[in-house]
Amino acid sequence: MIPELGHFALVLAFLMALTATFFGLVGAWRGQSAWMAVAPGAVAGQWVFVSLGFACLTYAFITHDFSVVYVAHNSNSQLPLLYRVAGVWGAHEGSLLLWLLILSSWTLAVAYFSGSLPERFRARVLGVLALIGTSFMAFLLWTSSPFARQPMAADGADLNPLLQDPALALHPPMLYAGYVGTSIAFAFAVAALLEGRLDAAWARWTRPWTTTAWLFLTIGIALGSWWAYYVLGWGGWWFWDAVENASFMPWLASTALIHSLAVTEKLGLFKSWTLLLAVFAFSLSLLGTFLVRSGVVVSVHAFASDPSRGIFILALLAFFIIGSLILYAWRAPTLGSDAGFALVSRESFLLINNALLVAAAGVVLIGTLMPMFMDAFGLGKISVGPPFFNVAFLIPMLPLVALVGVGMHAGWKQARLGALQNRFLTLGLAGLALAVLVCWLGFGRAGLLTLLGFAIGAFVCLSAASLPIARWRRGEHLSLGVLGMSVAHLGLGLFTVGVTVAQTYKVERDISLGAGESYTLAGYDFRLVGTRPVTGPNWDGVEATVAIREGAREVTVLHPQKRVYRVQTNPMTQAGIAVGPTRDLFVAMGEDLGAGRWSLRLQYKPFIRFIWLGALTMALGGLLSVGDRRYRRAATSKAAMPAEAALAEGPTRG
Amino acid sequence: MTPRRKRLLLVGGILVGVATATTVATFAFRENLSYFYNPTQVTDGAVPRGRSFRVGGLVTKGSLHREPGKLEVRFVVTDLNRDVTVQYAGVLPDLFREGQGIIAHGKLDPSGVFVADEVLAKHDEKYMPPEVAQSLKHKPNAEGGGT
Repeated sequence: MIPELGHFALVLAFLMALTATFFGLVGAWRGQSAWMAVAPGAVAGQWVFVSLGFACLTYAFITHDFSVVYVAHNSNSQLPLLYRVAGVWGAHEGSLLLWLLILSSWTLAVAYFSGSLPERFRARVLGVLALIGTSFMAFLLWTSSPFARQPMAADGADLNPLLQDPALALHPPMLYAGYVGTSIAFAFAVAALLEGRLDAAWARWTRPWTTTAWLFLTIGIALGSWWAYYVLGWGGWWFWDAVENASFMPWLASTALIHSLAVTEKLGLFKSWTLLLAVFAFSLSLLGTFLVRSGVVVSVHAFASDPSRGIFILALLAFFIIGSLILYAWRAPTLGSDAGFALVSRESFLLINNALLVAAAGVVLIGTLMPMFMDAFGLGKISVGPPFFNVAFLIPMLPLVALVGVGMHAGWKQARLGALQNRFLTLGLAGLALAVLVCWLGFGRAGLLTLLGFAIGAFVCLSAASLPIARWRRGEHLSLGVLGMSVAHLGLGLFTVGVTVAQTYKVERDISLGAGESYTLAGYDFRLVGTRPVTGPNWDGVEATVAIREGAREVTVLHPQKRVYRVQTNPMTQAGIAVGPTRDLFVAMGEDLGAGRWSLRLQYKPFIRFIWLGALTMALGGLLSVGDRRYRRAATSKAAMPAEAALAEGPTRG
Repeated sequence: MTPRRKRLLLVGGILVGVATATTVATFAFRENLSYFYNPTQVTDGAVPRGRSFRVGGLVTKGSLHREPGKLEVRFVVTDLNRDVTVQYAGVLPDLFREGQGIIAHGKLDPSGVFVADEVLAKHDEKYMPPEVAQSLKHKPNAEGGGT
């Protein structure tokens, strides 16, 4: 009964979304107030019914309803409660439902906070969001219903053991919140194009939504990277896997969008470019969904390889991308910005930032799609892996990071960086000194690229920290926006330092050890004390005890595990990791080699925590700037606002 | 300089930069691609000498050989037509099993043994590396090779 109710709820949600699309878009086109007024209510209805459907599926998981095909394939009577709940989005159908729930929630939030917007504009935004909802709801209902039934199965096939992990329970919702969040900037862009008008108020309105989506995307990607590090058992934090790239491309585009929105808000420049970026970011999100969901790429994320699904998503992708680009080509010329700008100014730094970010996204896009194209045209089967990306991605990124350190001090319109020359010189030398100190003296050796990477990262950290300090010392008002920017750039600096050190000085060894034997890696002595059997709720396994010493000092004792999940009988590696601020020590069990010996993978990963710390700091910066008071209607300061604010102010109602 | 010329200069500079990046990226591409071959192509000598590439197929049942306690392992990869012996010293992936599809990355040594520096196995029951699946396609009994 409950699964049928869930299915019915999804059908109702589809109708609600269709209603909101029709009355939103057609109502705005015909200028019918009564029609437009339907959209917010319909959008709320859409949310209620999607939530109900989602609740029904969750209920089926919790109560072990193995008559539902999806539950039978992805759960088991032994599965702990946390993973029964997370199992809802553990495979294709349910993760698509989560996608829709998040889209509906974003849409509802936009409807709720947009009361102050001009009626027509609001109806168009909601209409576009509902159109996206309608198409994906159709995709869910016609190709991948999570409520399909079968005769009651005795037990379920269990959730993929790789997904039974707390970080992974959180990773999809965060990532989707970011992915789907790009649809809001897209809806605003399309509405502005339909309207034929775009001003500073539009940008101020779009900014906090875009930044919020961006910060979720940042956290989602960081969680995924952290999970890959300790669950996949290889100790890597980024593999340039097609699916990772699929989430990274929208991130690069959103990052560019956030920055170009800043220029559009402050100066009314880059209007068409900003709109184009909003279209790009959303298109790349859809492309990511297509890559992951169609089975075109094969990885841990690719649940389904049903061709009809691939074609459906490809059709949606084509519709939204081509449709919005045609609209753009038709309407954007009417929005052009007239004003010129100076060569040395914050806006030209932001323009360079955008060019480099888009170039970086382009590099990732080419590398991701090239194997598919080569294969499709019979040019051979290739794989494009880290060797390509590590080189090609660095080329736009290194200058970008370096320019961030300078650009954020530049004033709008006409900057006099000359006055700041001394400060940059001091900070740059300090960064270089830190690089030499840590790399050369701390690690004993350093290549040119390592020193350069570290120095640039450190320079950005120092530069980001000096900005609010300088303002505070001058007694100027420090807005959350400026603070957020500094914090986010500090995160970028920390990330750069982390990547440089972790990639240069990591040590990895696969070895064979017997009980009582030890192996020395990077000055740490790893001793295999012994192994013993262990049992979990739905798995059996072997646990090793590895004692680590540094000289005479006992550092820690690790307990890596090799688990075999009972239902899927797949072995899984649970690495033992000693976390430290300046280094991680990592032990993963390989296999029983016979003769009482085990193969072990030992790793020394200096500064690897800086990578995720940097990413979280960036997200925190985003959070701070969203909290800036100029986005709150109640607290809008008239002085800070450009005069041509035609739309009402501020996105939130306090 | 007029604002327009300044802007042209800036945009031009950026275009040059992006073009340079793209060119370098293309070169990086050629250096860093790795091609996939099946065991038949390997035994026929259709593979590059002294360069890394990837070979994939099913692990022949009973071919896994290791001296007790040693990390080094040897196994045979087949496309059900020809066989290639693979040698590897490292931790095999969790899902490595005899009779299943794998991909190995490495070089061919003069004696015709493929010395792998990386071995990848499928992520779950349903997954077979697409290249492997395709090179097995014309063999009607290929499906039986699994499990």
